[in-house]
Amino acid sequence: MDLANLVPIPVLLPLLAAGITLILARHPAWQKIVSGTTLGLVAVFALVLCLAADAQGPIVLWVGAWPDGLGIVLVADRLSSLMVLVSSIVTAIVVIFPSRRDVSDSADGAPVSVFHPTFLVLTAGVSNAFLAGDLFNLFVGFEILLFSSYVLIMLGATRERVRAGSTYVVVSVLSSTLFLLAISLVYGATGTVSFAQLPERLAALDPGLQLVIQLLLLVVFGIKAAIFPLQAWLPDSYPTAPASVTAVFAGLLTKVGVFAIMRMQTLLFPDSPLTDLLLVVAILTMLLGILGALAQGEIKRLLSFTLVSHIGYMLLGIALGSEAGLGASIFYIVHHILVQTALFIVVGLIERVGGSTSLARLGGLASVPLLAVLYLVPALNLGGIPPFSGFLGKVALMDAALATETPLALLAVIAGVATSLLTLIAVIRVWQRAFWQDRGEDDDRVHSLRVLPRIWVVAASALVGITVLLTVIAGPLTDFAYRAAVDIQGGAYTVAVEEALP
Amino acid sequence: MTPTLILAIAGGVLIAAGVYLLLERSLMRILAGVMLAGNGVNLLFLVSAGPAGDAAIVGADPETIADPLPQAMVLTAIVITLATSAFLLAMSYRSFQLEGHDEVADDVEDAIIRRRAEADLSSEAYVDTSSDSDSESGGRDDSESGGRIERETGSRAEDEDIR
Repeated sequence: MDLANLVPIPVLLPLLAAGITLILARHPAWQKIVSGTTLGLVAVFALVLCLAADAQGPIVLWVGAWPDGLGIVLVADRLSSLMVLVSSIVTAIVVIFPSRRDVSDSADGAPVSVFHPTFLVLTAGVSNAFLAGDLFNLFVGFEILLFSSYVLIMLGATRERVRAGSTYVVVSVLSSTLFLLAISLVYGATGTVSFAQLPERLAALDPGLQLVIQLLLLVVFGIKAAIFPLQAWLPDSYPTAPASVTAVFAGLLTKVGVFAIMRMQTLLFPDSPLTDLLLVVAILTMLLGILGALAQGEIKRLLSFTLVSHIGYMLLGIALGSEAGLGASIFYIVHHILVQTALFIVVGLIERVGGSTSLARLGGLASVPLLAVLYLVPALNLGGIPPFSGFLGKVALMDAALATETPLALLAVIAGVATSLLTLIAVIRVWQRAFWQDRGEDDDRVHSLRVLPRIWVVAASALVGITVLLTVIAGPLTDFAYRAAVDIQGGAYTVAVEEALP
Repeated sequence: MTPTLILAIAGGVLIAAGVYLLLERSLMRILAGVMLAGNGVNLLFLVSAGPAGDAAIVGADPETIADPLPQAMVLTAIVITLATSAFLLAMSYRSFQLEGHDEVADDVEDAIIRRRAEADLSSEAYVDTSSDSDSESGGRDDSESGGRIERETGSRAEDEDIR
């Protein structure tokens, strides 16, 4: 069998399963089994793709084999197949969590059967965005995942969620409109939207027009990735969604934006790295995000701010534009997807056990040792404590930044170290107050993991285990990331797409 | 390629009007803005398709047909705008159901922070255990915010009763 035929599977399989789960709307247990199996299968296929892309270079499929490259092209190079792999692992684990009570929260009669189909469509959209070989298909992938996310963020349509969701939807719709505008500009100027043809044709354009297109796309992806100054929507809208939904959003959706920025910067505009601009933006994203986190008294909001702040690290690697920077950035994306998702999932458990996510109302959770370990490990990982992957990723980024020897890169290193320390303060404050402070006198809850379904504890432990495993496989993984970066820089993408032209 | 000036101007005007409406607070106006801006962008796609031509049907002379690719993209975009409009309509209706109006509200936490700043209190994250008076005020704030949450859930329960 031709390996290329595997490429659309991460998109098609979840879509098919979404249809099946919709039919099974009255059988929640079956829904969960179907979506769990599907996402597990996708993870296996993604692993195959990842290994194949590593062995024989980018795998390209011209869907429908239309002549002259008119059709849709899907490309799995090292970077995108790695992203699909990580995202499918994360979604396969997270899909275990949602229960009727969690999803509907306080709204009785909420349509909880909608969760699984929507979640699967979200996964398909994320995979499509990663695998897309042209700008328009990327847009379609974004729309698929955004629409599912609109539904998921407002699940149950309670007052809180509608309020927070409104902001999210309006901002996302605006960014979609801008994206469409950018695509029409690109098509009008070059007559193509294919990633393989665009670099050459964009390079032939007037430099001013090139810059306009680049900045427009940067704004579009910047909104999705929540980089400064386009990040204000995120800490407001994410925390109100159900815990498992927030976990996936925080882990994946912003990274799709970062991935798109990386693709755009390396593939479409290799000659215009905008290093200074992106470095300044990265520094501001890191610092302002983490200062916001320090002021929060609610764990989910605090983590949302650290999410914004750590996007700055990935942007830092992209801004450098060097192979070392990109490789470190790719490693950091993988690390951050897993760690951020794990943290949000654990906070979901804390919410169930402690009855709240507000630091003022939590306390004494240290009497549940397993929960404490599950929180502390990814928290230290996020804060960049050796030997966890957060430390390794940050060191790689700092290393790459120091190699360029510009004052601004040096400033970015200082900001990065400061952010790392401040992150540690933020997550340790949660540790101290939620786990060790005295509980209020009127709080007579019995803290125990027994209130949770056992499979939740197992799944959360598995996810935290994977984040620890990242340290063990850090060697092969960084090698892979650097090979992906070399791929990107060497133009393997364009060559492979043209060779595969039917 | 000779772009049509009128289409470009019309697209620009639609997008400008759309952006103006997007800046409003009411979701219905935002919806109108989204639709206007979406249609404006669709017109710009037609501009980027180049001069008008015959319908792009298999068998037609390739020299005289219009560029079909932007048309395919516009079709996709129209469908997506339709779905967005439907979703925004549902959302504004739900918002109207819950609140009695469809205005996008301020972030609750932002409002709390603003109130605290005006009252010269420290942020919720900060607990000063060194002096008794401060920890007392911290305790009072907690009960205040707790009371706020209770009030909210209370009003929500009332809403449910009414319905």
